[in-house]
Parts: sequence; structure tokens; C-alpha cells
Amino acid sequence: MTDTSIDARNDAEARNQWWDVWDQFKTHKGAVMGACFFIFIVLAVYVGPWIWSIDPTYIDVRARNQGPTWAHPFGTDQLGRDMLARMMAGGQTSISVGLTAMGLALFLGTLVGVLAGYFKRIDGILMRLTDLFLALPLLPLLLVMVMLFRQPLSASFGPETGIFILIVIAIGITSWMPTARIVRGDVLALKEREFVLAARSIGTRPGKMILRHVLPNVMSPIMVSATLGIATAIITESALSFLGLGFPPDFPTWGRLLFDATDFMQQHPQRVMWPGLAISLTVLSVNYMGDGLRDALDPRIRGL
Amino acid sequence: MFDDTKPATKLVEVNNLKMHFPIHSGLFRRHTGDVKAVDGVSFDIYQGETLGLVGESGCGKSTCGRAVLRLYDITDGSIVVDGDAIGDVRQKDLRTKRPTMQMVFQDPQASLNPRMTVQAIIQEPLDEHTNLTKAEKREKVLALMDQVGLNRKFSGRYPHAFSGGQRQRIGIARALALNPKFIVCDEPIAALDVSIQAQVVNLLEDLQREYGLTYLFISHDLSMVRHIATRVAVMYLGKIVELAPREELYAEPLHPYTKALLSAVPEPDPDLHDTMERTILTGDVPSPSNPPKGCNFCTRCPAVMDVCKQIEPEYREVMPGRFVACHHYNDVTTTAEQTAASEASDRQSLRNGA
Repeated sequence: MTDTSIDARNDAEARNQWWDVWDQFKTHKGAVMGACFFIFIVLAVYVGPWIWSIDPTYIDVRARNQGPTWAHPFGTDQLGRDMLARMMAGGQTSISVGLTAMGLALFLGTLVGVLAGYFKRIDGILMRLTDLFLALPLLPLLLVMVMLFRQPLSASFGPETGIFILIVIAIGITSWMPTARIVRGDVLALKEREFVLAARSIGTRPGKMILRHVLPNVMSPIMVSATLGIATAIITESALSFLGLGFPPDFPTWGRLLFDATDFMQQHPQRVMWPGLAISLTVLSVNYMGDGLRDALDPRIRGL
Repeated sequence: MFDDTKPATKLVEVNNLKMHFPIHSGLFRRHTGDVKAVDGVSFDIYQGETLGLVGESGCGKSTCGRAVLRLYDITDGSIVVDGDAIGDVRQKDLRTKRPTMQMVFQDPQASLNPRMTVQAIIQEPLDEHTNLTKAEKREKVLALMDQVGLNRKFSGRYPHAFSGGQRQRIGIARALALNPKFIVCDEPIAALDVSIQAQVVNLLEDLQREYGLTYLFISHDLSMVRHIATRVAVMYLGKIVELAPREELYAEPLHPYTKALLSAVPEPDPDLHDTMERTILTGDVPSPSNPPKGCNFCTRCPAVMDVCKQIEPEYREVMPGRFVACHHYNDVTTTAEQTAASEASDRQSLRNGA
């Protein structure tokens, strides 16, 4: 870069910080590959059904339990439903559950963490609450929640949306605690930094202080727990579906496909492989993305 | 700018300021003591002057500066800035008063948010206290950058792209944004190298001349304080031991601690350096959580007397404009009232001996 190009850039009103983040993100090979793969999966499950237009619930008994053929590249299940179409439909649910549950967990975790870290008075109460949630056994709690709330939610929102809301909330409120702890620790350290004191000497109000000085500086840990959160949410949803407690049996998700396939694992191993591979690779790609984002969001690594 | 030509109006009046930080210890985190960082400090700052506040590390200079701006909730005492008492006002109600008093921080790296551009940093006070439009704010920020000698082109950069001196200029521009009357400079040059120190101090002086600013200049660099300050206050263990106009303090220090402090300034002349007499203090500063009985300096004072270990010396004006807290300068009658007769006679003989 020549001097003129640097000057030209700095003379601009203000270069958006996200461009710097993107420049740094691009240098992390694993992260770029992860991001590409994640985008590929998202496109495949959302745009794929427009191209591969077989109905995932269409039953063709004569073609059941087939291996990979040109008509059914991923094979068919025990009722002759096309596995590729079911994988796409299942992926839509799994990924949207993952993203929404992660969003909810992140929101709760950041809220609790920032409040606990910034306002000393409520720190004790909020952190004991976090400890309480951490001490709850996750799976039994989810089982009880699903058992208690499945019927009322299905009745008011329809079976699919109802279960979707239930699962997202169940995963969200049981996985915000690590984020809260990380964020609280960072906020505590940040609160003692001199620029926060400088802002107080200017007369910045607490609300603005959090939005302007605290949140941008705890972005790195938040983004990292976000990517890890997607992975955890997809896995938890798979576990619930695997246990038969998630979505209704005829509603495909990656976890449910895996669950259905276990009965035929010895005769048709490919039916376990596809959903398993999809889950693992999605989680892996998201984790790599998180790794790259963490580096990119750290101004010391980013330089410039 | 000596005391006879001193402007008459007091901009800042600090009276018996105390800032104690509680110590909690034991299983139940009981309140077991206090760190007396600032313990009964009184001084006035006149309009347009620079009060230098010097002292060794950990004597409570910075805490004092921050407490004067009410960045802490003070334990006791009163603070009057520009006619308003701010000592016991709630932080929320203090907001409207903030534009009058600003602060320049010690570490220019730490006092700038690494995720904000220079533009955003200097603009923050304007965002908080004015209703200017975006374009007006930008214009004001660029004007401020010109004033402190920063290139306008740098407004979109982040703090880590600047050198220490430039960062300190950003901090000064931020402090100037709201046209304050009073600026606390908390060791603004301590983190800079010597050539940059001079630039920053000259910048502060230029700005003072131009806008009639009043500074509380906290530093441990005695020669720099001699250069910039009108009057100098010397702190030791949370208390002001001596406050005097600059020339008089440097020419004829009264308090033994001031004498020791001044004799520690390196002497550039090699001949003088070899022959000059130095007062070398032994021992360490006592803990501010457990200060000694009597005078705070009695554990290290080269001219300690018995009374120093019993009675705290009063901080009083011994000559016009010169304040000192030392038994050596107390007249006999005032201290005699405070002590038993036998102790007084002991001291009398000691003092005659000295």
C-alpha cells in the first residue's frame, strides 16, 4: 500500500470497523473455508428444495431402503422417502433452531453478564442465578419442559411452530450461562479501564456507557460464544430429536433422521452417515468461523 | 505570577477532602479498616493558575485529583468548583456540572477506547452535552484537532495507530471539547518520553494562555512542575505537607519532606552534583491503611521531634501564601495548649537544641 492510498482511506469520513474485521478474517484460511462450507450448507438446505423438488414426505413403498442411485442420490428410508429431500428439510429446521436458540442464549447471557459485571449491586444475585442454572441437569430438565409445554404450545401455535418455539426456548434458557460468565468477567475488567473512567468524567450515562464503551469491547468473547452456541444448539436439538422428544415423528430434522436410522444401522449404514456427517461438518465449520472471528475482532491481532 | 499578583477569584476550593477506601477481610468480608488515600486535604485554586501537586508514588495524588472531579464518592469534606458545591451531590445530578471540569489522564493508551475512532472519541463529550448536528460536531472535532496539533486526516483512525504523544493530544482535545474552565491533568506526561513531554507541556501552556484555563497539574516530575506551575502543593501519605508559590518553594522549602524531595532532583552540573548535600530518606512510606500516630512523616523525618510522634501537626499558613504542616513551624502557644505541660517543656528543650 502506498502512502496515498492510506491517506485516501483515512480521509474518508470514517472507515467502518467491520471492513478491518473482514480484512483480517480473510487471512484466516480455516475460517474462510468454514464460512464457505457453512454458506454452502445454508444454501443447500434453503435453496436446494427448489432444485431437488421431491416432497420429503412423499412415500414410495416400492423404492424403500434403497442405496444411492441417480433417482435418490442419498438413498431412501424404510418408507421409500427420498433421503436427500429429507436432509434438506431437516437441515432447515436444525439450522434455524441452532441460529434462533443461539440468538436467545446470547441475548440472555450478554444481558445477565453485562448487568452483573457493571452494576455491583445485582452482581451477587445474578451470578447465583447463573450458578443455579448451571447446576440444573440439562437433559432431564428439557424432558420435563417438553412434557409439560408441548401440548399447550402445539394447541396455540400449531404443532410445528409450537414445538419450534418450545425447543428454541428450552435450548436458549439452558445454555446462556457460559456466555454470562465470560461476559461478566470481561466487563469487570473493562470497568476498571481508564477510558471508562474518562467517559465518566465526561458525564456519560450508564446506558450509553454500556452501549458505547463496554459492549464493543466484549464483542470478541460474545462472538466466540455465539459460534460455539450454534454448534451446541444443533447438537442439543439432535439429542432431543434422537430421544424422540423434539419435533413430531414425521417432521424431519437431522437429529430425527439419525434417530430413525439407528434401527437400520447394520443393514443400511449410509442412512446414519448422512445426517451424522451433516451435523458434524456444520458444527465444525461454525467452530472454525468462530476461531477466525475471534482473531478478526481483536484489534491487537488485527493491527492497523 | 507570585502571590502578590495572584488573581483574586477562587475557581476551586477544596476543604478537608477525605477519600477512604474500605478494606473488607475475613470470612464475612467485614469492614476492618480503610485505606486513607486522601486524608484531610485542603487547597484553593485561583482562576487561571496552575496548581502543581507533587509527591512520591502512592501518596494519593491521583486519587486526590479524581476525587476533586467527583469520579469517586468522597468520604468527607467539601469541594466547590466554579461556585457550586459538588462534594455531596449525587452522580446523576453532577452531569450538568461535568462540562466545566475535565480531566487529562496519565496513560494515553488506556484512556482511549480502542474500538472508537479519533473522531468518535473527541466527539463523545459533544454527543453527551450538546445538540449540535452531525456536521457541526464534525467541524468542531476537526477544529479541536487543529488546536492540539493533530492532522485532520487522522480523524478516521483508531487510537492504536498513534504514538504516545499523539494519543495524549487526542485526550487533551477530548478534555477541551466542552470549553471547560478547570482541567485536572493527572500525570499527563509521565508515560511519554522526554522530547514529547516538552511538546505536551507547551501545548498545555498555550491552551491555558488562549482559553484562560485553570489546571490542577499532578506530577512526580519536580522540574516539570517548576516549569508549569504557579503554586505547588506537596503531598505525603494522603496529606498536603506544604503548599507555596513556586519560586519560594523551590528556593526555600520549609517542610523536611519537601527538602528531601527537592534534594532528590538530579543536579545537571557535575561539580555541584558531587558537592551538594542530599537529604536521603530511609525506610518506606508507611501503609496508608495504618498511618503512624502523630505526623505522617515522623517515621522518616530527619528532623523528627518527640511531639511529632504524638500530635498531628496542624496545616496552617505560616507566612503569607505559604502553608505547611510541621511542628517546627508551629508557635509554642498553639501546641502547648494541645499537649500536657511536661511534653511541651521536653519539646521546647529539643527545639532549642536543634
